[in-house]
Amino acid sequence: MTPLAAFLIVAALVFAIGLAIALTRRNAILVLIGIELMLNAANLNLIAFWRFGPHPELLTGMMFAIFSISVAAAEAAVGLGLVIAYHRHARTTDLDTMTRMKG
Amino acid sequence: MIPTVFGLTLPFLIIAALTIAGAVAAALLRNLVHCALSLTITFAGLALLYLNLEAQFAGFVQMLVYIGAVAILVVFAILLTRGAGMPEYRSYSSNWLLGLILAAATFAVLTWAVTRSLPATAASAAPAVTVQGIGVSLMTTYVMPLEIVAILLTVALIGAVIVAMPESKKEGQQ
Repeated sequence: MTPLAAFLIVAALVFAIGLAIALTRRNAILVLIGIELMLNAANLNLIAFWRFGPHPELLTGMMFAIFSISVAAAEAAVGLGLVIAYHRHARTTDLDTMTRMKG
Repeated sequence: MIPTVFGLTLPFLIIAALTIAGAVAAALLRNLVHCALSLTITFAGLALLYLNLEAQFAGFVQMLVYIGAVAILVVFAILLTRGAGMPEYRSYSSNWLLGLILAAATFAVLTWAVTRSLPATAASAAPAVTVQGIGVSLMTTYVMPLEIVAILLTVALIGAVIVAMPESKKEGQQ
């Protein structure tokens, strides 16, 4: 197995676990954790392709990963803020009972 | 020389196992704080994988942003929503089997595509990436995305604070 394929398979595994967390857990915070894991797997793919690509000195993949990390941080802040606001309103973070967000 | 197993270096295998073990633990544990801590292990493993790929700057950014900020934010959110300890409802959604099948199918398709389509490329020589070079390209080639990300982060953080802020007007009405 080539190193690039190994990195991509690790990223695919992390992505699948993140998807499984986002689809199966009932707590809204854990669903956000799953989404973060999927974003991280995408970043690992970007870095791996940057390293094994023909022109790593152009820094394209690494820059893409760095911008993606900062967007993911903004997403985490907004998502967790929403969960905290919902919990203050409805006293639950259970997604199965979270059927409306209107105040 | 670093010992290799199946053409992969031993450090890579150890870090990959640690990363995946952390992710699986986050999926399976019932206590939310334990989930957040195992998530931190996964983030650290990914940072080590970046270092293994000789992307030092990205590795340290990953450590600062994810372990330093996002993991702490997740722990704060869990504690603010009284999620510590055992949950009062079942951990898994009612249609968990469908979600698991979808995730397994995604992994199968991705692995099939990776193993079938990749050319056997060896790593080129390690690129000489300095933090100075990254800073120069951030200020020249990537200056527009940098500014957009700066605006996005400002807007998102102000928005998060406004969303999570207690609504004083409604409390006054009640």
